[in-house]
Amino acid sequence: MPFGSPRPATLAGRDLFPHKHLTGIAQLKPWEIRFLLDEAEHWVGVNRSSASKHDDRLSGLTQINAFFENSTRTLLSFEIAGKRLGADVVNMHAAQSSVKKGETLIDTAVTLNAMRADVIVIRHGSSGAVQLIADKVDCPVLNAGDGWHEHPTQALLDALTIRRRRGYIEGQIVTICGDVLHSRVARSNMLCLAALGAQVRVVAPPTLMPAQAECMGATPYTDFDTALDGADVVMMLRLQNERMDGAFIPSPREYHMLYGLTPERLANAKPDALVMHPGPMNRGVEITSGVADDPERSAITEQVEMGVAVRMACLDVLTRGARGVEGWS
Amino acid sequence: MGKIAITGGLLADPAQDSPAHGALLIEDDRIIASGTIDIPSDAEIVVANGLVVAPSLIDLGVFRTDKPAFHYGGITRAALMPDQSLPLDDVGLIREAARAGKPDFWVHPIAAATKGLGGKELAEIGMMQAAGAKAVGTGRSWIADSGVMYRILAYASGLGLTVISHAEDAGLAGRAVATSGETATRLGLAAAPTCAEAMAIARDISLVRETGARIHFRIVTTKAGFDLVRAAKAEGLPVTCGISPAHLFLSDNAVTDYRTFARMSPPLRSEDDRNAALAAVADGTVDVITSSHDPRGPEDKRLPFADASPGVAGAETLLALSLNLVRDGHIGINALMRLLSANPAQILGVDAGGFAEGSAADIILVDPDAPWIIDSDKMAAAAGNTPFDKVPVQGRVRRLMKGGIFYSE
Repeated sequence: MPFGSPRPATLAGRDLFPHKHLTGIAQLKPWEIRFLLDEAEHWVGVNRSSASKHDDRLSGLTQINAFFENSTRTLLSFEIAGKRLGADVVNMHAAQSSVKKGETLIDTAVTLNAMRADVIVIRHGSSGAVQLIADKVDCPVLNAGDGWHEHPTQALLDALTIRRRRGYIEGQIVTICGDVLHSRVARSNMLCLAALGAQVRVVAPPTLMPAQAECMGATPYTDFDTALDGADVVMMLRLQNERMDGAFIPSPREYHMLYGLTPERLANAKPDALVMHPGPMNRGVEITSGVADDPERSAITEQVEMGVAVRMACLDVLTRGARGVEGWS
Repeated sequence: MGKIAITGGLLADPAQDSPAHGALLIEDDRIIASGTIDIPSDAEIVVANGLVVAPSLIDLGVFRTDKPAFHYGGITRAALMPDQSLPLDDVGLIREAARAGKPDFWVHPIAAATKGLGGKELAEIGMMQAAGAKAVGTGRSWIADSGVMYRILAYASGLGLTVISHAEDAGLAGRAVATSGETATRLGLAAAPTCAEAMAIARDISLVRETGARIHFRIVTTKAGFDLVRAAKAEGLPVTCGISPAHLFLSDNAVTDYRTFARMSPPLRSEDDRNAALAAVADGTVDVITSSHDPRGPEDKRLPFADASPGVAGAETLLALSLNLVRDGHIGINALMRLLSANPAQILGVDAGGFAEGSAADIILVDPDAPWIIDSDKMAAAAGNTPFDKVPVQGRVRRLMKGGIFYSE
C-alpha cells in the first residue's frame, strides 16, 4: 500500500499531533492527518465489536457542543462520540440571531470557558468564528464547521471511508461535485485529500466555483462527464435550497440535468468507483436514489459510521494533554 | 497676532518640484511669503532646525472627527464622509459637523448626495453647501440607479461642487467582504471580482463626460480602475482619484487569519493591483492619499470577519506610511505634499494646502527620518484598529500650526 510522505520515525506522544485545537485541515501535516485516521480505525473496531461500546477514558470531562447553526447529524455524531468515551456531553443550541451582534460571540466563549469545559465542539455560520473562540478559551476546540471555511472532521471521515473502501488514498482520482463555492466540506476535503496524495478534481457550474480553486490542491472542471472520467471516488455535495432559486443556478431540474449523479453518468467513472455524499441528500437533484442506494457503489451510510469513529479519535487525541496521558503533556 | 517667520527648514512646497532651503513668513492666519525672503524685523522667528516644513495634511474622506489622531498625524483639515450615525443630508447636521473641530482642526463636511444616503432622492445640496459642505458624496455606497447619479453630477456641477464617489458596483460587490482570489477562497469568505471597481468608474466617467461635472473617486485600488482614470485625465475630463496607505502597502493576504483590522471597503486587492497602485502614484494618476480614518473598537472588530465592520484607524499613520513612497523612490516629497495637501485642498475648493501668498497658515514641521513603531495599543486615535500594528515606520510631526497658531501635537 503506497502511503505518501512518511511520518518522521522519531515522532511520539504529543509530537504526533502537536495542536491544541482542530480548527482546520489547513493546519495539519499529512502524517498528522494519517495519525488521526489510524486512531479512528481503532474506534471503528470498538464501535463494531460488541453491544457495549463504552470506553470511559473521557470520564469526568465535560464536552460542550456549541452549535450556532442548525445541525442534526453532525451534532448527533459528536454527542454519540463523546458519550461513548464517557464524557459528560452538553449540547448548546444558540440561535444564530442571538450571536450575530457585538461581543456576544466572545462573551459566549468566555462563558463556556468559565464553566470549565474540557473540550468544546463548535459550529458557526461565519468563516473564522471557531478560531476566534479558540483564541479565547483554555480548553481544546474542535471545529464542527465554520461558514464556508472548514469542516475538518467531515474531511477526515471521508478520507477514512476512502482509505477503507479503496485500500489507500494516494493516487486515487477523487471528483468532488456541487456547490464548491459555499462548501466547507469541499474546502476541507480538497486540502485533506490533496495532502494525502489524491488527485482531486472539483466540478461545479462557474457560478458555484471559487476563484483559484487550484490553490486548494484541486483541478477545477465545469463539465461533469469530463470530471468523472476515470474517477475512483465521486463525492457529491449538498446543494442548499436557497441557491436553487435562480441566484446561482436556474432551477433544480436544470442542475440535475447538468450535475446530477445518475447511474448512466456514473458509468464515466471507474467501474468500481465509490459514491459519497456528506448528507443530507437532495434525492433527485444532485444524486438519484439509484446511485445513492446502490450497496456496491455507495459509501454514504459508511461515511456516517466513520464520522463517529473519527470524532471519537479527535476527542481522545485533543484531550490527552488534559488527561495526563504519558507523553502528551 | 503679528508675523511669524519659520526659518532654517527645508520647504516642501507642493507647487515646486524639489525641496529647497528657505523661510516661510506668516501674518495672522495666512502665509504671506515663502522661499528666499527677507525676514521683517518685527517677525517672531521660529527655527526649524533642518526639519521639513510642509503644509499640514488635508484628509479627503474620513469617517470620524478624531482630533487627537489627526493632530498626531499632522492633519489639520479633514473632509468628513456623510456616513455618520445620522447621514449628513441636512443643513443642521452639516453646520454642526463643520463646527466640531474648531479652532485647531477644521472639518469640511461632505454633503450626502441623496436623502439618507438612500441613493434615490437628491438631498438639499445647495443649502448644505451654504452651511459649509465642501463636496457632495455618495458615502460608502454606490448609487445603483444611473439616472440618479446622472442628476447628482449635473446638479452638483451647477453648484461648482465635486462629487465624491464610491467606486464599487453594488450588484457585483453584493455582500462580499474580500477580493476574489486565493485568500478569499482559502478562508471561505464572500468575495467579489475586482471588475466591480472598473464597472463603477467606467459608468461614472461616462456620466462626467455627459454632464461636465467634477468627480473624485475617493479610493481606487485596481489596475483596471487606474487605467480608466488615467485615460479620462488624458481626455481632459475633470476626474481625480485617491487611495489609502493600506491599499498601497498591503495586499489581500493581510486578511489571512481573519484579521478584521484589515477588513476595509473597498477590500484589499491582489499584489498585482497593489503594484499598479504604486505605478499610478508615480505617474500622477493618483491625486490624493487619504487615511480614510475610521476608528472602530472591539465591538465592531472582535467578530467573525464577515460580521466585523470595515474601516481602519489611519490618521496618525498617514504621513509616516506615505513617506515610504518617497523613500522607495516612487515620488519626491513635494509631489507627496500635493497628494496629501494641495490636491485635496483644490478638490474641496479651500485656500490651503500650499505656500502661495494668501494660503492658510496650516503648517507642519516634520522630521522625515524619525523612527517609530506603530502600536495599536498606544494609538492617539479613538481606537487602535490599524492593519500596520508593530510595523516600524519613519517620519514624525514635530510641530503643528493651524491658522497661524502652533499647537502641541
